[in-house]
Parts: sequence; structure tokens; C-alpha cells
Amino acid sequence: MTDMPIPGTARPTPARRSSLIEVDPRTRRRNAAEKRFRTYGAVAIGIAVVALAVLLATIIRDGSGAFRQTYLSIPVTLDAERLDPKGNRDVAEMSSVLTLAYGQVLDTALDQAVSGMDLQIQGLTEDDIDGLISREASAQLRSRVLDNPELIGQTVDVNVLVNGRIDGYFKGRVTMASAERDSNISPQQLMLADALAERDLLVTRFNREFITNPDASDQRPEAAGLGVAILGSLYMMLVVLVLSVPIGVAASIYLEEFAPKNRLTDIIEVNIANLAAVPSIVFGILGLAVFINFAGLPQSAPIVGGLVLTLMTLPTIIISTRAALKAVPPSIRDAALGVGASKMQSVFHHVLPLAMPGILTGTIIGLAQALGETAPLLLIGMVAFVREFPAGPPEGLFDPASALPVQIYNWTQRSDPAFVERASGAIIILLIFLLCMNLLAIYLRRKFERRW
Amino acid sequence: MYDTTRSEADVSQQDIKISARNVQVYYGDKHAIKDVNVEILDKTVTAFIGPSGCGKSTFLRCINRMNDTIDIARIEGEIRLDGEDVYDRRVDPVQLRAKVGMVFQKPNPFPKSIYDNVAYGPRIHGLARNKADLDGIVEKALRGAALWNEVKDRLQEPGTGLSGGQQQRLCIARAVATAPEVLLMDEPCSALDPIATGQVEELIDQLREQFSVVIVTHSMQQAARVSQKTAFFHLGNLVEYGDTNDIFTKPRDSRTEAYISGRIG
Amino acid sequence: MPMSWALLVTLLLAGAGYLVGRSRAFSSAGADIRLMHSRPTYHGASVALLTVAPALVVLLLAAVLRMSGLLAADTAATGIAVLIAAVIGLGYGISRINAAFQARNAVERMVLTFLILCSMIAIATTAGIVLSLIFETGSFFQKYSWHEFFFGTEWTPRFDGNSQLGMLPLLWGTLYISFIALLVAVPIGLMAAIYLSEYASPRVRSIAKPLVELLAGIPTIVYGLFALITVGPLLRDAIAQPLGLGNSASSVLTAGLVMGIMLIPFVSSLSDDIINAVPQSLRDGALGLGSTPSEIVRQVVMPAALPGIVGAVLLAASRAIGETMIVVLGAGAAATMSLNPLEAMTTITVKIVSQLTGDNDFSSPETLVAFALGLTLFVITLGLNIVALIIVRKYREQYE
Repeated sequence: MTDMPIPGTARPTPARRSSLIEVDPRTRRRNAAEKRFRTYGAVAIGIAVVALAVLLATIIRDGSGAFRQTYLSIPVTLDAERLDPKGNRDVAEMSSVLTLAYGQVLDTALDQAVSGMDLQIQGLTEDDIDGLISREASAQLRSRVLDNPELIGQTVDVNVLVNGRIDGYFKGRVTMASAERDSNISPQQLMLADALAERDLLVTRFNREFITNPDASDQRPEAAGLGVAILGSLYMMLVVLVLSVPIGVAASIYLEEFAPKNRLTDIIEVNIANLAAVPSIVFGILGLAVFINFAGLPQSAPIVGGLVLTLMTLPTIIISTRAALKAVPPSIRDAALGVGASKMQSVFHHVLPLAMPGILTGTIIGLAQALGETAPLLLIGMVAFVREFPAGPPEGLFDPASALPVQIYNWTQRSDPAFVERASGAIIILLIFLLCMNLLAIYLRRKFERRW
Repeated sequence: MYDTTRSEADVSQQDIKISARNVQVYYGDKHAIKDVNVEILDKTVTAFIGPSGCGKSTFLRCINRMNDTIDIARIEGEIRLDGEDVYDRRVDPVQLRAKVGMVFQKPNPFPKSIYDNVAYGPRIHGLARNKADLDGIVEKALRGAALWNEVKDRLQEPGTGLSGGQQQRLCIARAVATAPEVLLMDEPCSALDPIATGQVEELIDQLREQFSVVIVTHSMQQAARVSQKTAFFHLGNLVEYGDTNDIFTKPRDSRTEAYISGRIG
Repeated sequence: MPMSWALLVTLLLAGAGYLVGRSRAFSSAGADIRLMHSRPTYHGASVALLTVAPALVVLLLAAVLRMSGLLAADTAATGIAVLIAAVIGLGYGISRINAAFQARNAVERMVLTFLILCSMIAIATTAGIVLSLIFETGSFFQKYSWHEFFFGTEWTPRFDGNSQLGMLPLLWGTLYISFIALLVAVPIGLMAAIYLSEYASPRVRSIAKPLVELLAGIPTIVYGLFALITVGPLLRDAIAQPLGLGNSASSVLTAGLVMGIMLIPFVSSLSDDIINAVPQSLRDGALGLGSTPSEIVRQVVMPAALPGIVGAVLLAASRAIGETMIVVLGAGAAATMSLNPLEAMTTITVKIVSQLTGDNDFSSPETLVAFALGLTLFVITLGLNIVALIIVRKYREQYE
């Protein structure tokens, strides 16, 4: 810069008294660049929104089928010979009759119903007819009879699940062409199903059991439900709520209101910030090593899941609670101290109630995160196949259970394509729960929003 | 609002650079500028004075359309630069701001080197044909802002490392480098100490030789020191406009007199 | 369950202690309650806390002893010990009551202790993570050479022993997928943040911003399923098979793409904060010189915000490296080291899940290797997080 020409000569004198109204070429180029840049931004937003739309649309497309299910209703004669050989109508005695016998009763009833219809289907075998109904159906019938022993001997209308492939046929998942290649279903069965549907014996209707039933084995996608998973998630959320809110709020109060500025509190703060960013699977390893291996708590138990999720949620709750406490103006604290309250009283009587809406919102958002968390739960055994509902709390917290997101993962690992529908349906339920929680958080924030 | 006969007599001697006619500014429901008419001369320092919230800064920001970025601001009337309405639909505000530069209240150098700060405007507007050309523009601008001797050995150091007064002069150099026809200054000395203020004021006086300077100031002494013309704003009205000497020695409006004698403000 | 009975009785004792303490305080004050240092409720509370606290300490001690195997589970003896502790605490608490006793300060000290203990849980959690990882990793390295683990290029666990447990293919898969995810998320997230903060009208912003943030609220299992049943087959049918690059639906590209979508809101909200932290005066300065908005963003805002954005990208990278469900469902299980993005590869997190689900044998290296992988993951993400937090914090301070 030192060997510059004499100042003033380097720069043309401002002879360019151009008009404002004519846009010069350079400005035009710059404006074009401006427009391009703006477009990139709009495209970025567009990609994000389209991704969201596609994601939700595919989930709804794949999952809405799970809320409808095909049922067969036929008259069944509950043969006393087979179902209650001793004839005492004693539930204890009848329990010794296996599900198999009920299956035979159902098969007979179905065979009769079909033969009475005079159908002309080439190559329809008796196995084809029996294969129409779900393997779960006999168990359904059995539990119904055991609840109601006087039904035996009567002919009752029975509403049973049909095979998942037949159900898929009515939802468009299975076609005649695919049935040709499928060893689990034959085109004859589909024709039979059509004939039954024509006579209103096969009906596809709302599937309440999807929400209330427990999981079912690999061969029975039609019977699989979310009951145990929802209950398990509920138990875990209960544990998280009971533990993380008091602990999180107490920790925040200490750090925000009482903690001196020293090394220890610095370490705690750095710790919390880091824990918020530690991968969730690491918390699963922690749960496995500490709660299961070291403390000896049972695998697959909601209590362990709840504890792990509590540790994961704490940083979120602490961070939002501290923000809420920080938002309460110091003048409130001064006012309380000014009338002779102790520091502790000023916090618990004045600051905490004012920060409550913020704390509540943060808590709900933390819970929503915990509800959707999957990875750590896989490591503590929540992925196990559980058909028994856990008992009521508190003992039930130690019973094996599943959880909503883990159930979804579980179903994605099954071979029958009907489970894809189940998994997507479960996601719809999960998203509805999350939506409700977030709406509640938004509502609370709007309602109690306060500007100082 | 003011007596036009006197100012028109002055105008006849020099070129009118900017003329505003019936300018109204609304911020939402608030009527911030009420029917302002003023003519600003070329190669002259014009000071806008008045109590805070009187609209002087708002009006200043209308001249180079800085108010465009505020969603709720609405402007009526016309402001002509060399006879062309700056609010004409065909006017590109980017081009306008290249001609009407601005210096702000708080020094706001970019977090770049001193050189890049000054070269920023010439670069985006394509004023330099080559590197040597650009070096020349930067040096001239820094000399023009009386900063060259202080920074010539550290042009590549960040502009944020300078003192407050140097930062403000860097911002002035940055504005000057774009070769503006008008320079708007919004209380350029309010964040500076008296020595730095003195340097900037001296600079403003030199800049007058190249182009028209409009300065908003809180300090009547400053207005008296640097400006040839003064406009007094009060509650959104332009109360009085005329030669600086006249305004401070024989104000004709009672409000002007009250302000300069310290009774309002 | 003698323990729960003991706990119940303790709580009843505490309740009784509260009432007794309060009435004792009233009577010890005599006629004028104002002579007392603390209000009677504080005396009651101090007695109740003194009853519960020792009982809880004994209970905790018993639990620790039981875990370390020194004590049989849940005996009547522990229950009785708990009760004795409670009664002693109760007696001591009642004996302390008189008009001069500073009950409020005593209660507040106890509450403060509780608050401090709660905030220690963060440290305890980190300690728990580090200790459990280090402990089990240590026993892994006794069974398997650390050298082969860190530098081995083959991952073939076998049930009959003799496994090759080299980490490099997993690390490669992890980094490759994270890189693709960032390649998607950073430009889109950043441009979205720029558009929302600099261009969008308030109306557009009020619609688009929550929509983008909605992506952040969707659980990762949902993204995983999306990768498995939608994106994977789509990429296979549209790109991989026609180009002859592979026939696997699960691939690096599948997982990376979906993970990128997941990270868009993460990057955009962090960038939004950072862009908004750039002071308005800088924007005004550039605007006053006749910059177009995009010039302001590219030449003034971005350079000023760069350190913060680097921090945000590091945080996003740490997220991507630690992400589990998307890669479990979208990336595949084959431990290969290849450059072909349409090939199935696997990651550290996938292998942690596959080695630790099902029946675990905590003496075999095939199970224990998961802890070594976990430690590696923890160290990598911790490093990224700390660097990112330092950068972001420095950046914030610069404009405060």
C-alpha cells in the first residue's frame, strides 16, 4: 500500500451522474443474483415442508389400514360334547379344553356355512376354507365361552378375525396375482372371501382391538394390538413425571438461585449441557450396566425404562426450568426480601409460582421427547415379546411390558408385510399422543404468557 | 411550516440536491412525520436538530429509503434527488443507497479487516477496475476520513479492533469510498468522546467540498459548528429551516427559540 | 414387603412429628407467639424432615449393600433398622424445640441440601456413564486386544468365539452416513434459516417456521420406518438398480438422506439463533452502503456468524454420529468399507444395538465389545459437543 499513486488520481471523479430511474447493468446483475439467492432459500423451505408432507402422507397411507379390520360373522354351534365333555358347565373344568377344540368347532361351522351357500369355486379345498379365519380366532372364542359358560350347546353368532392376507385383500395389499405366488393364500380363498363379503358375512370395520389388544405372534398380524405397549409407555411416563419434575426443578432452583459461582457449579453446568447432547443409546448402555446388571432390576420393566428416560429428560427440564426462573424479574425477589422473607421463602413463595407455566411447558416437551425415544429401550430388554398386561402400579412397574416406539421397531422386524401396516398405524397413535402433548404445551404457553 | 421566501432566496444561489414535498410518515397508526417540505443544497452541511422523538432521524432515513426495511412504516409525498423521485416505483433502492450513503449513530464496522471494510462498497458497486484501482480508492477514502496515517500499517487487521473514534471514521471512510452524492449522518458523534468528536466534525467540514452532508444531531453546539443550514424538527413537524446563523441568533418561531435556549428538549 | 411397610410407618411418624412439633412449639412459646424465632409450622416441618431423612439414608444404605451382594434381599431387619432410624430422628427433632430454636434456618438448610443433591444427579449420571463404560470396556480389552479393536478392518462376530471385532468398518459407516446427512442438512437448514429470518414475510414465517420445527418433534423411529419402507426401496428402484450399483434397499444414501431430513430443523433453529445474534447495526451499515439483502447475508452476516454456524454444524455432526434408529432401520447390517453410497453399511450404534439386544452373556467379548463401541461413541460425541459448546459460547459473548 505504500507505493501508491498520488491519492486522487486512482479514482475517477464522480462524473457518473446517472439517473436513478435507469437501472444500470451491474445493478441488474446484482438484482438477478439477489433473486437467485432468495429462490434457494424458498427452495430449502420447500424441501423441508415437502419432506414433512411426504413423511406424514406415507405414514397415514400405510397406517390407516391398521384401524380397520376384516371380521367374519357366522353362526357357530358350540358343541357341548367337544367343549365341555363332563357337562358340568364348570369353568375350571372347561379350562382344560384346549384352544384346538374351539378351532375345530369354528372350522365345522365355517365348512357348514360355506357348503350351504352353493358356491362354484374351482379347486377350493377344505383347508382353504379353514385357513380363512385367523389362528387367533379360536382363542377369542374360547375366552368368550369361558366368560359365559351357559353359551355351550347354543348356536351363537360369532364375530371372528379373518386371516391377515384376506384382510389385506380387502385393503388392497393382496391381489389375485400376488396370491398366486403366495404359499400362505390361494386365489380360491380370495374368491371365497369375495363371495362371503357379498353376503355381508365378511365385514371390514373399525378396529378397536388395535388399541386394546396385546401384541400377537409373527403368524397373526391381524390380532396384534398396542394395548401392552401403550400401558408400558404410560407407566414409563409416570415414572419420568414423578422423578424428573421434582429433581429437575430442585436442581434448577439451586443452580439458578442459590449456587455460588465456583468450580463445582461450573462443572455441573457443563455436565448438564453435555448430557443434553449425549447420544440416547449411551443412556441405554448406562441403564443396562447400572440398573439391570448392577442394581438387579428386572429386564423389560417400565421402571427401568422410566429411570433411563428420566436421566435423559432431566437436562431438557433443567434447561427450560432455568430459563423460566431467569425470566422472572429480579424486582420480584427484591420485593420479597424487602419485606423480610428469607431467600428460600422468596424463591418458593414468589419466584417458583411465577415460573410455573414455563416449567410446565418445558416438562411436557421433555415428556414428549421421552415418549418417542426408542434406542435406549432396546438395550434394556423392552424389545421382548410381551403378551401379558402388566399389573397396576406400583407392582406393575416391575412387570415386563413393551413401549410404543419399541413396539413399532419390533413390528418392522417381522416378515409378514401386514406388520408394516401395524407399525405405521402405531406411529399414527404415537404422533397423535405427541401432537396432543405439544398442543397442550402451546395452549399453556399462550394462556399464561406474561411479559414483564 | 417555515417561511419559504427566505429559503428560496438562498436556494437560488446554489444547486438544490434534495427536495422534499409534503412528506408524511406513518409507523402503523402513529403519524411520525407531518407534512415536511425542505430543500437540501449541494455541497452544504445541513443539520437536523430537535428534541428526541421529533422525527429528525426518521426523516433522514426516508431520504435513502432505509425505512423500507420496517414493515409497518408507510411514506407519502415525494423526495426528489436531482429531480428524480426516490420513491418512484422504477427506482432500485440499492442504486439509490449507493448515491446516498449513510453513517450511523453507533460505529458499526464489519467484522472484517480495515481494508475490506473500506473496499466493501466499491466492490459491491464495481467501482474499481482492478486491484490497484481498489487500493487507490481505499487509500483516498481513508485519507479523506483522516484515518490513513493511523491505520496504513495495519490495513489487514480487523476494523473492530480500532478505538471508538477511529471506528466511526472508518465507517465514514467506508461510506465515502462508495463515492456518494449525499452523505446522511445519524448522530455520528453521540457515541464518541470530545476529542474524537472534534476530529469527526473537522472531517465533516472537509467532506462538504465533495458532496452534500445531512447530519442529525442532538447537540446544538455541534450543529452551530459544522452546518451552514439548520432545520429544527418538533413533534414530527419541520418548524423552521434556514441559515444556521439565523436559526441560532434570531429564530423566528417561538418553539425554536424555546429549544435553543434550553427550555424544551 | 417389610420395606414398604417400614416406609409407610416412617411417613406416618413424620406426619405425627409435624403435628407434635407444631403444638410443642405453640406451648413452648407461652402466651406470645411473636417471641419465637420461627413460626410453629417450621418447627413441625423440621421434626418431620428429621424423621424422614435418617430413614431414607438407612434405606439407601441397605439398597447399596444389597446391590453389592453383602445383604440378602428385603429382610425384616432392614425394615426394623429403617424404623429405628426414623424414631431416633423423631425424638431428636422434638427435643430440639424451644422458643429460641431457629427452626426455619434448620429447615432451609435441609431443603438446600436436597436441592444440591438433586443438582448433583447430573454429575452422577455422567459418572455412571463413564464408569460403566470404562469398567466393561476394561474387561473387554482383557479378552480382546485393544489394538485389533481400534485398528482392525474386519467385523465378523461369531458365536463360537474367534470373532474379528475390528471397529474401523463401523467407524467408516458412521462417518460416511453422517457426512451425507450433513451434506443434506447443512445447506438446506442454513438456507431455510436465512430465508425465514431475512426474507419471509411475517405471515409466511408464522406458517413455515412451525412446519419446519415439526420435523424436529417427530421421533427417530418414525424416520427409521420412513427410510425402511419408502426411501430405501425408492432409491433402490430409481438409482441403484438402473445404474447397477447395488440391490439393497438399506444403504448409506438411504440412511444419510433421511437423517439429513431429521437434522434440517436442528441446523435451521441453531442457525436462526446465531443469525439473529448478529447485531442489526451491521445490517444497517451494509444496507446504507447500497447492499442487496443477499449481499448483506453473504458478505456481512455469514462471516460474522461463521464461528457460531461451525459450532452448530459440529453439534449436528454429533447428533448424526449418535443417531441410532434411522441407521438400524435404514443403513443395513453389513460391516463393509466401501465408497459406494448405495451399498449397505453399518455403524457403531447399529452394532451396539445388535450386540446388546436379546440374551447377553456378559463374559463374552462379543457382548462386551458393545461397551467399547459405546465408549468410542461417547468420546467422539463428547469431544464434538465440548468444542461446539465452547465455540458457540465464545460467539455469543462476542455480541453480548
